[in-house]
Amino acid sequence: MTPGGAGGALAVLEQRDGVLRKISHEVVTGAQRLGGTVEAVVCAAGPVQGTDQVGKFGADKVVTLTNSAFARYAPEGYAQALAERVKQGDYRAVVFAASATGKDLAPRVAAKLGVGVAADITDLTADGGAIVVTRPVYAGKALLQVKVTAQPAVLSLRPNVFTPVVRPKAGTAESVAVNVPAGRVTVREIKAAPAGTLDVAEAQVIISGGRGLKEPANFKVLEELAHAFGGKAAVGASRAVVDAGWRGHADQVGQTGKTVSPSLYIAVGISGAIQHLAGMRTSKVIVAINKDKDAPIFKVADYGVVGDLFEIVPKLTEEIRKLHG
Amino acid sequence: MKVAVCIKRVPDSETRVKIAADGKSLDEAGVKFVMNPYDEFAVEEALRRKERAGTGEVAVVCLGPAAAQETIRTALAMGADRGVLLQADKIPADPFETARLIAAELKSGRWDLILFGRMAIDDYNHQAGPLVAELLGLPCVTAVSHLEIDGTQGVAEREIEGGIEVVEFPLPAVLTADKGLNEPRYPALKGIMAAKKKPLEVKPVQPGSGGGAIEVVALTPPPERKEGKIVGEGAGAVGELVRLLREEAKVL
Ligand SMILES: Cc1cc2nc3c(=O)[nH]c(=O)nc-3n(C[C@H](O)[C@H](O)[C@H](O)COP(=O)(O)OP(=O)(O)OC[C@H]3O[C@@H](n4cnc5c(N)ncnc54)[C@H](O)[C@@H]3O)c2cc1C
Ligand SMILES: Nc1ncnc2c1ncn2[C@@H]1O[C@H](COP(=O)(O)O)[C@@H](O)[C@H]1O
Repeated sequence: MTPGGAGGALAVLEQRDGVLRKISHEVVTGAQRLGGTVEAVVCAAGPVQGTDQVGKFGADKVVTLTNSAFARYAPEGYAQALAERVKQGDYRAVVFAASATGKDLAPRVAAKLGVGVAADITDLTADGGAIVVTRPVYAGKALLQVKVTAQPAVLSLRPNVFTPVVRPKAGTAESVAVNVPAGRVTVREIKAAPAGTLDVAEAQVIISGGRGLKEPANFKVLEELAHAFGGKAAVGASRAVVDAGWRGHADQVGQTGKTVSPSLYIAVGISGAIQHLAGMRTSKVIVAINKDKDAPIFKVADYGVVGDLFEIVPKLTEEIRKLHG
Repeated sequence: MKVAVCIKRVPDSETRVKIAADGKSLDEAGVKFVMNPYDEFAVEEALRRKERAGTGEVAVVCLGPAAAQETIRTALAMGADRGVLLQADKIPADPFETARLIAAELKSGRWDLILFGRMAIDDYNHQAGPLVAELLGLPCVTAVSHLEIDGTQGVAEREIEGGIEVVEFPLPAVLTADKGLNEPRYPALKGIMAAKKKPLEVKPVQPGSGGGAIEVVALTPPPERKEGKIVGEGAGAVGELVRLLREEAKVL
């Protein structure tokens, strides 16, 4: 096998309940950046709604690998089906999203191929033979560039970084039934978050609250602001308030929570500890609202407003409502 | 209950990152090293499982430099029974190398559980657990924030976008620990004293000399965020903030 062989990239898409997840478009866009052809693949129990859109983002072909056990995430079955697909082809790279599922699945597939994963990357280049990727390390305080000579290269892309680019291709579709043994690890159920709550990992706008909110009930102020953005905003939290039990761990942003890169991150009553910054410093635009003008959060914020959040946030909500109203 | 826990020695998260002269690694001068915080959840879980079973062993395995003995002593002080240091001057840049070395050590152990952290806070690789599980042919659940075990059947919960996945698996298994799994204990003075006498085996290992298939090109500071500005004070600044978000940042 020659490094950087002739093959194109395999973009691993995600579906839930038979509907393609939006993050799949980012994976196709990332795979496109490698320069060759892009084959997109998704594991599912049957046809997946939205696969016909993938060509628009540059996939030359979309393959659905079907198995009756694939309605929900089946870690072992998915991994085996994908590894077999990779081995049958001559792919230069296999690209995943560094989502909850992607982080679980990519290393399983990689190990079956005898390689590691260049994980959670924020940039990639492929000049000539070598694939060079950039990964934030040390809580985002440094960027590590690594050259991946593994064949194939297995990559996972940090969500919300590879903005989908429309690049229409014919995008032929194919469905292949795969045979895999029943997995030992099975997803029994998914306890869904209450309807209408958007996950911080997927929101375009995040309004996060910290200890400055004073008490759990006051998060209502942030929820109202999120609501004013009309369905594309989620409420996040600092660890201090998660540990205090005011908010669930699912909402925590930071080193021991989620890493997010929304287009707009509004930190309210959050001091900006390094472990919090680790989770949000790659946001496109950061706004800080804090009564302490020396709070470290202002060092990373593009725009800061100094003062009492209980006066500022309701006013902001009013203004945003006017825009979206 | 026989449990192995893989722990990594990492720079404390407060560390100011200074890049070494080679332009590829961290300048370790003055850096405080600690046990990877997720691995504390893993060690705690192992101790509780053994305590509940009333019998068994908790062994910790660490791949790292000689100084990582200290990290192992911390786990022993928490209550682990013994430690193994796979001693290498440098931790491989290729995560598959690390996994291979750890898997080789764990292969013959007849473990009921092998625990890892969800990810190391220095390299953000989040993969050693599932890689080792594949290499050993064991079932694996990652990012476990809640765990129940009944005999040789386990049920784990893991956070996914917009919900929680409830996952069933048989033992023996490999699990990676997320925050929320438990509240790690602090080593008590008695534990610290006892740890000094617990067995710690040092085994030199040779990470692949070929350089691995993932090689470091450079370590650089993150791009400076463009100098931000204080828009103003109090509710009166909101109008201007919204204008800037619309016209300058174009995010509204
Ligand atoms: C290993 C490790 C991992 C960690 N992981 C995380 C993580 O994932 N995420 C995370 O967030 N933290 C994490 N932390 C904790 C982190 O160090 C901080 O303790 C935490 O982020 C502080 O939360 P905070 O900003 O809400 O609280 P504080 O630091 O107490 O800040 C509250 C802020 O609110 C402001 N304020 C108060 N009242 C008002 C008001 N009326 N109007 C406006 N502003 C007001 C104050 O000026 C202050 O700046 C971690 C720590 C460790 C050691
Ligand atoms: N050098 C190492 N020695 C022991 N355990 C490790 C090492 N590197 C990673 N691990 C384990 O694997 C987990 C995930 O690490 P990583 O894949 O590097 O993010 C860590 O939380 C540890 O439990």
